[in-house]
Amino acid sequence: MIRILSGNEAAARGAWEAGAAVASAYPGTPSTEILEEFARLPGVYAEWATNEKVAVDVAIGAAYAGRRAFASMKHVGLNVAADAFMYASMTGIEAGLVIITADDPGMHSSQNEQDNRTFAKFARVPCLEPADSQEAKDLMIAAFDLSEQFDTPVLYRMTTRICHSSSPVKLGNRIERPLKQERFPRHPAKYVMVPAHARVRHPLIEERVRKLAEFAETFPWNRIELRETHLGIITAGVAYQYAREVFPHASVLKLGMTWPLPEPLIRRFAASVERLIVLEELDPFIEEAVRLMGIAAEGKSIFPRIGELDPRSVREAAIAAGLLPASARVPAPQVDVGPLPVRPPVLCPGCPHRSTFYVLNKLKVPVMGDIGCYSLGLTPPLSAMHTIGCMGAGISVAHGAAKAGNRERQVAVIGDSTFFHTGLPALLNVVYNQSPVITIIMDNRVTGMTGHQDNPGTGRTAQGKAAPVVEIEPIVRALGVQHVKTIAAYDVAEIERTLKEFMRLDQPAVLITREPCALLPEARERWHALEVASDKCNGCGLCFRLGCPAILKSDELDERYRRPKALIDGTLCTGCGVCAEVCPREAIGEATEQ
Amino acid sequence: MRETINFLLAGVGGQGTILASNVLANVGLAAGYQVKQAEVHGMSQRGGSVISHVRWGRAIHSPLIAAGEVDAYLAFEKAEALRHLNQLRPGALAVINLRAIKPVTVTSGGEPYPDDDRLFAAVAQVTDRAVYVDAGAIALGLGNVRVENAVLLGALSALMEREGWIGSEILPDEWIVQITQRVPAKYAALNRQAFEAGRWEVGRA
Repeated sequence: MIRILSGNEAAARGAWEAGAAVASAYPGTPSTEILEEFARLPGVYAEWATNEKVAVDVAIGAAYAGRRAFASMKHVGLNVAADAFMYASMTGIEAGLVIITADDPGMHSSQNEQDNRTFAKFARVPCLEPADSQEAKDLMIAAFDLSEQFDTPVLYRMTTRICHSSSPVKLGNRIERPLKQERFPRHPAKYVMVPAHARVRHPLIEERVRKLAEFAETFPWNRIELRETHLGIITAGVAYQYAREVFPHASVLKLGMTWPLPEPLIRRFAASVERLIVLEELDPFIEEAVRLMGIAAEGKSIFPRIGELDPRSVREAAIAAGLLPASARVPAPQVDVGPLPVRPPVLCPGCPHRSTFYVLNKLKVPVMGDIGCYSLGLTPPLSAMHTIGCMGAGISVAHGAAKAGNRERQVAVIGDSTFFHTGLPALLNVVYNQSPVITIIMDNRVTGMTGHQDNPGTGRTAQGKAAPVVEIEPIVRALGVQHVKTIAAYDVAEIERTLKEFMRLDQPAVLITREPCALLPEARERWHALEVASDKCNGCGLCFRLGCPAILKSDELDERYRRPKALIDGTLCTGCGVCAEVCPREAIGEATEQ
Repeated sequence: MRETINFLLAGVGGQGTILASNVLANVGLAAGYQVKQAEVHGMSQRGGSVISHVRWGRAIHSPLIAAGEVDAYLAFEKAEALRHLNQLRPGALAVINLRAIKPVTVTSGGEPYPDDDRLFAAVAQVTDRAVYVDAGAIALGLGNVRVENAVLLGALSALMEREGWIGSEILPDEWIVQITQRVPAKYAALNRQAFEAGRWEVGRA
């Protein structure tokens, strides 16, 4: 049976067909759908872990115990998980272990565009890269086999364009793989990485790399496609598709395994073509390895190192380098379409984060942000976000700024899921080392930005089973924070009053603003639009400072001040009431029945 | 059958652009094409621009279409129609929804929103095979604005037939099957009506 699958769905399907039984992941674009899809398939265990390091440890535990397992994450998630990833390389496994990294060239939804192939070389483990959905499935099955054959975790590297592109996939059956052994392996020399054992393991790991490079020679997904020989292209992943599109007549060495590389195969290919180029996204990872072999190859001198490639950028670069004639250019229209309004991502109508940012903007305090929807507190008119780095960073950055002697009151904002992810140890550090950081935990009862995944606070697992609802306030108290308050997130006045009170303290304090994401089904049921009584509105514009997409500037002007009155778009308004709270003239209220 | 057809779908989060591109990809597959589909929708839930590439062909490599190589354009919103106009091949087929979804930068930020004359004039410079459909109004008339994507797919199917791009290998029923299996059963009939209303707009029942 053939079905159109995204790369993410195909990777999950491949793991399932390969008999993987355990998967753990933390949501992150563009990787999220891998675990979501796997969780829907029969006969498997799938979970949202609290962070990527936890996810990799869980997958390692399952693989030690003898079941095929994977952990999936976005590229920067592997930074969090690096410690676990590195020791797994040292110990090896009992059953197949695949670590999936979804890189984001072009930074569609990330803070950087690091090329995680480097992690494979760093950890001395093989790196596989699919070039379409069919390969995403097939290479996943190959990855599990490779893992067991060489006693190694496998880094399976996808990119946004592979994850979120769809193409037909031939579905196969699952091969069930029961636990390899009843007893957990008692094998300390292999699984207890104390220095004495690690020193014995390292030479074995280097020997494994040598054997993997040999194996790469005959790995079926490393293949030479010989066509005309004036140009040869070494390529992998989605760049292979662009190579085929832009240079249909060129010979291609298509690598499914990008580390370690098959040196004799590359030499044979290089010898068979007149000019050798490497076409790869981001870093010159293959190119540098090829040049270290002493083979003349061009790559980043022709193609961009920054951002995502596409057929047009590849073609333009090739024309500029003389690889293609200027006549290869497909002229695009150059019509002047005039100025167009931008559509910046903004907090949704009814977003429970809006009220807090409105207050923070008013208080003019430095705000250290974190990764999640609330990063949109950056955008005008809220403009209340001054640093964002990575998951869990905000609290410690605020602590550091306070310890540096900055006399302003440092505020950190963090979401519920991000608090569980890496906020916990950061807040504990604030308590232990005593800085007067005010931490605002914006608890919208779900992992929002990535599309409503469950977390320890939601009371439900990735596979829809009931779970304990973990409350945040008792955790914060147990960490030793003396000043803790939970407030309904739409209560603007109470948020402002509490923050001002906390600012007078000289101790750590935590404000938990709590309200379900307005897009959750149970929240949608409560939606009811508000409206502006235009006879009361005098166009003061305070409600415009909320940056709510449902609040419009009316064509009607206030007679006295000649400024636009407010108007509420009833199709967008959720009735959260924050605008009604900030309105000094009580001009906003429930819509009157027509 | 044409060798390849490159479709570009452009709209705003929440308009059903992704569902429409899934339908297109599967219609192409059913007609015997190789297909690829690429979505760009990082922030779609938050009212951002949504772009989807769908390619049909004997052999398809890149999931992305290069600028200037779009053969058929399905624009769900007027400003978005203008935004991606320069991706089209001159003379491309275009179905353009006469629907305005004004971002907050316009409604309270004071940025201008393009008027219809600017849209018509710009499109006319690229292609004379554009069809304008008020799919939002048609969908609302049928009872639910959310079926505007089915209206637009109906118009596209009819336009492709009129231009001889598809024939008996892809009947309207194939589109309808692909649409209705992706929506809740209670909306199947409404989607069929919407698809047919879209075909009617291009003069084909």
